[in-house]
Amino acid sequence: MVKVTIDGVEVSVEPGTTILNAARQIGGDVVPPAMCYYSKLPGTGGKCRTCLVEVAAGSAADPRPMPKLVASCSTPVQDGMVVNNKSSQRVHDNRGGVVEFLLANHPLDCPICDQAGECHLQDLGYEHGSAKTRYEEDRRIFEPIDIGNKIKLHMNRCILCYRCVYVANQLTDKRVHGVLHRGEHAEISTYIEQAVDNDFSGNMIDVCPVGALTDRTFRFKSRVWFLKPMEAERSCSKCCGKAVVWMFGNEIYRVTARKDQFGEVEEIEQKTAWLCNDCRFEKKEVTDWNVLGPRVINRQSVISQGKYATTIDKPVKRIS
Amino acid sequence: MTNRKLLLEHLDVPGIQGIDAYVKHGGYASLKKALQKMSPDEVVEEVKKSGLRGRGGAGFPTGLKWSFLAKPEGIPRYLVCNADESEPGTFKDRYLMEKIPHLLVEGMILSSYALGAKTSYIYIRGEFMYVLEILQNAINEAYAKGYLGKNIFGSGFDHDLVITPGGGAYICGEETALLESLEGKRGNPRIKPPFPAVKGLWASPTVVNNVESIAAVVPIVRDGGDAYASIGIGKSTGTKLVSACGNLERPGVYEIELGLSVEEFIYGDNYCRGIAKGKKLKACVPGGSSVPILPHHLVTKTAAGEQRLMTYESLADGGFQSGSMLGSGGFIVFDEDQCIVRNTWNFTRFYAHESCGQCSPCREGTGWMEKVLHRLETGKGHLRDIDLLADINKKIEGNTICPLGDAAAWPVAAAIRHFRDEFEWHVTHPEEAQIRNYGLIQQPLVA
Ligand SMILES: Cc1cc2nc3c(=O)[nH]c(=O)nc-3n(C[C@H](O)[C@H](O)[C@H](O)COP(=O)(O)O)c2cc1C
Ligand code: SF4
Ligand code: SF4
Ligand code: FES
Repeated sequence: MVKVTIDGVEVSVEPGTTILNAARQIGGDVVPPAMCYYSKLPGTGGKCRTCLVEVAAGSAADPRPMPKLVASCSTPVQDGMVVNNKSSQRVHDNRGGVVEFLLANHPLDCPICDQAGECHLQDLGYEHGSAKTRYEEDRRIFEPIDIGNKIKLHMNRCILCYRCVYVANQLTDKRVHGVLHRGEHAEISTYIEQAVDNDFSGNMIDVCPVGALTDRTFRFKSRVWFLKPMEAERSCSKCCGKAVVWMFGNEIYRVTARKDQFGEVEEIEQKTAWLCNDCRFEKKEVTDWNVLGPRVINRQSVISQGKYATTIDKPVKRIS
Repeated sequence: MTNRKLLLEHLDVPGIQGIDAYVKHGGYASLKKALQKMSPDEVVEEVKKSGLRGRGGAGFPTGLKWSFLAKPEGIPRYLVCNADESEPGTFKDRYLMEKIPHLLVEGMILSSYALGAKTSYIYIRGEFMYVLEILQNAINEAYAKGYLGKNIFGSGFDHDLVITPGGGAYICGEETALLESLEGKRGNPRIKPPFPAVKGLWASPTVVNNVESIAAVVPIVRDGGDAYASIGIGKSTGTKLVSACGNLERPGVYEIELGLSVEEFIYGDNYCRGIAKGKKLKACVPGGSSVPILPHHLVTKTAAGEQRLMTYESLADGGFQSGSMLGSGGFIVFDEDQCIVRNTWNFTRFYAHESCGQCSPCREGTGWMEKVLHRLETGKGHLRDIDLLADINKKIEGNTICPLGDAAAWPVAAAIRHFRDEFEWHVTHPEEAQIRNYGLIQQPLVA
């Protein structure tokens, strides 16, 4: 085991653990935001740069600070390493810079985006963004392409985290989409327009941190916070069949995987609970599912809107 | 100063492209010497002694890089030559490969012997198809003579040399993007660690070296590392190819001894012979488009008033405040008529176009800077844009996966640092800026 201190909190982790995962073991505030790293998809990370942290001491053996900020998702800890995340102004400033870059060309069409309310870019913007933009240029617009009747690609919203590419590589039996072109013209696309249709392609929607990939069978049906997320399961020959069904009254509006506190698909019985496309897109009757009960929702989340009583349990600070 | 030539010595020999003339002028003697009289480690030792530093831009000591190569049992090792030369202003590798292709071929076999690589690759820029043919021809000749293939010079050393063209992307010159491309994938730089020395091509230990670095191994083995190190000053040893371009009386590729003064290089009769058409020097980018620009008063002299030399150290003297870098040796000179704002925009346009788009600061930042600079250049800028550019710079620098982000940020930062008045003038005189360039009247220039 190696010891690492993050924002003053010490933790012992397996050698080879990344700074980000060490921080996740501590939990709470010291966890850097991760827009591209996805623990269940080997190879992801390093791209978005939102997880940048400052290494104040490289290791016990060589306690010099690292000159540059490092991507915490792809930098392994060393014994005696000292890391500053929340506690560093430099991290704060540069992360703000990254968020500004991510938002520079973003269409900011949250009012008509199905991801609104569960979008990691919204959360990130709320925590690290500024109220005004310095970007005066025309925003980048991509030609829309049709990738089939199940998944909607809205490239203007994409942050090029590459997660969906890894899903296609690692979960489906044939990848037909990827990144074309380069620089700011880089885009998620299919090679010679093809439909992305595969038993597990729907997981791309769950890993997409923004509204670039959304569920076409749920498109514009409802805002997510008007729905009741319920844990449900069914026996399925293709996947684990353990999902969250999003209900309005007795109707199922959409089906997603169960996600953990970091927004990643949960592990159930030591296996990542990916869903097959049948369970996700075809099973929309209550009778298709064994509904187990309400899903616990983080109270800070907008999805908790109207689901918890609004009593204030602590007195609010008086405004004098 | 003497002007010894180690790489381009036989440039003018008729037929030097072919193997017969090359061998007649001492070609493949270094290879024979190494294979018959030296162990691989002795070759590495000579390269270490020579003080040779990577000629691709970063200047990392080649011998040291070679000694980092992991050597696990039963796993192949590779040498890859980086011939993707695409940095604006840099055209020395192409010149060398085109004129004396066997120097690179010999260097590749020699270096592979030192590293224990059974197969090596030359990854050549896709636009250089005619150079590829010249090299392929040289490789075929070497095979025919038995310098490649099995049991070279009866030493028991087998070697195969493969040449592959890139698809025409600057980013594939970054060593890990190059390896991805060589493996047939999209040329995105890899996240490091692991470094190529541990896990490079096909997950095997790999050394990536520039064309000129590999070619320099030939004279190093021939004359010995100490002889090579006797040329140059301090940690800048040997000779360097410099591709001089821009407003020079005699642009071209020169082999110089490191330590030559910048003044002599620009104005000397043996070199560029001054600024074209009798004009005055305005600025210089001494090491390819990625390095900071120097204003005229900092080109031949450092801020401390010392003579500026063509060495890694002297060109960097003053840090980013008043210095630059030797970089890849792409020496770009601007005369008094050139517009710095336009040039900065042009460079930035290149980086925005060539960014692989993997990491957000580089993808979004280079595009953003390009648009702001374009507005400034075309008279649609605001004064606040200049500070904005400086700030975008800071948010890119050091925050990206590969150094392309820094390479895009530094030239802009340096241009604003040294030529801020010119940027401001573009804002305050938008119409005038469209018909003439700043600097002709406002600022009397001293040569
Ligand atoms: C964006 C980018 C482009 C590069 N292009 C080249 C190139 O065209 N040729 C080259 O030799 N090195 C290039 N490099 C440097 C290589 O990554 C690498 O450092 C070099 O090939 C190592 O060889 P050396 O040690 O012999 O210099 C580039 C680096 C970056 C970041
Ligand atoms: S579509 Fe979504 S998952 Fe895919 S790269 Fe873009 S943001 Fe990432
Ligand atoms: S810095 Fe630019 S070129 Fe390098 S990996 Fe990032 S996006 Fe690609
Ligand atoms: S999460 Fe680390 S760079 Fe994206």
